[in-house]
Amino acid sequence: MINKLEAERPLSPHLQIYRPMLTMMMSIAHRITGFGNAVGFALLTWWLVAISIGPDAYATVDAFFLSLIGRVLLFLFTWSLIHHMLGGIRHLIWDTGHGLDKVSIEVFAWATIISSVVLTVLIWVAGYALMGGQ
Amino acid sequence: MATPLKRARGLGAAHEGTETFWRQRVTAMANIPLVIFLVLSIVSHIGASYAQVKAYLANPIVAVLMLALVISAAVHMRIGLREIIEDYVHAEGCKVLALVATTFFAGLIAIASTLAIVKISLGS
Repeated sequence: MINKLEAERPLSPHLQIYRPMLTMMMSIAHRITGFGNAVGFALLTWWLVAISIGPDAYATVDAFFLSLIGRVLLFLFTWSLIHHMLGGIRHLIWDTGHGLDKVSIEVFAWATIISSVVLTVLIWVAGYALMGGQ
Repeated sequence: MATPLKRARGLGAAHEGTETFWRQRVTAMANIPLVIFLVLSIVSHIGASYAQVKAYLANPIVAVLMLALVISAAVHMRIGLREIIEDYVHAEGCKVLALVATTFFAGLIAIASTLAIVKISLGS
């Protein structure tokens, strides 16, 4: 009897009930990029520690970051950092009580997506150009 | 007139107020310029030699910014990762273990990075 009552008690709707919306996706993306940044910082720590150990340790890390998977991870890390940073600026603006209307949140969402991708690509293109395409 | 309100102000049943929220925001603000610095540092050192990278990090301005970044980021990531765990991990044992692991992870990142930067700066 108790089990039946527990099973039938009203539950508040959860994520899967709602139609996916952009602002909802941005919230999830902010968490995923935040987690990704933590993984990226583990890579950064590995890089820093290897440099502090010496040339041999650095050679191993450098070979990893110059490999295809290393380059992809670095690209994703920089995008994740920029996306989380822009999303964070959005949150700091919201903390002041501004930009919470329906139009602004949509504009912020699109601005974050587009500028994070554009900035990341621009930075990497500039970086490779400056380094002579290595 | 002194009343018990003085002791209660800002301290609810949890005996703490909005410190975590505020610390997350302060580190977020610090992280904005520091992350821009990190991204530029990464991208401008693609395929750089050991000597180049070491000389770059040994520069006191770079070292200070890098130290500020890893410390601020470690504090910020600990808060954020805990928030994710508190929302999605419901089994009490797993949750406590994951929260402790998060503190160890953030602490390890901060300590290891700091030691590496100091060691490179002192040229040992």
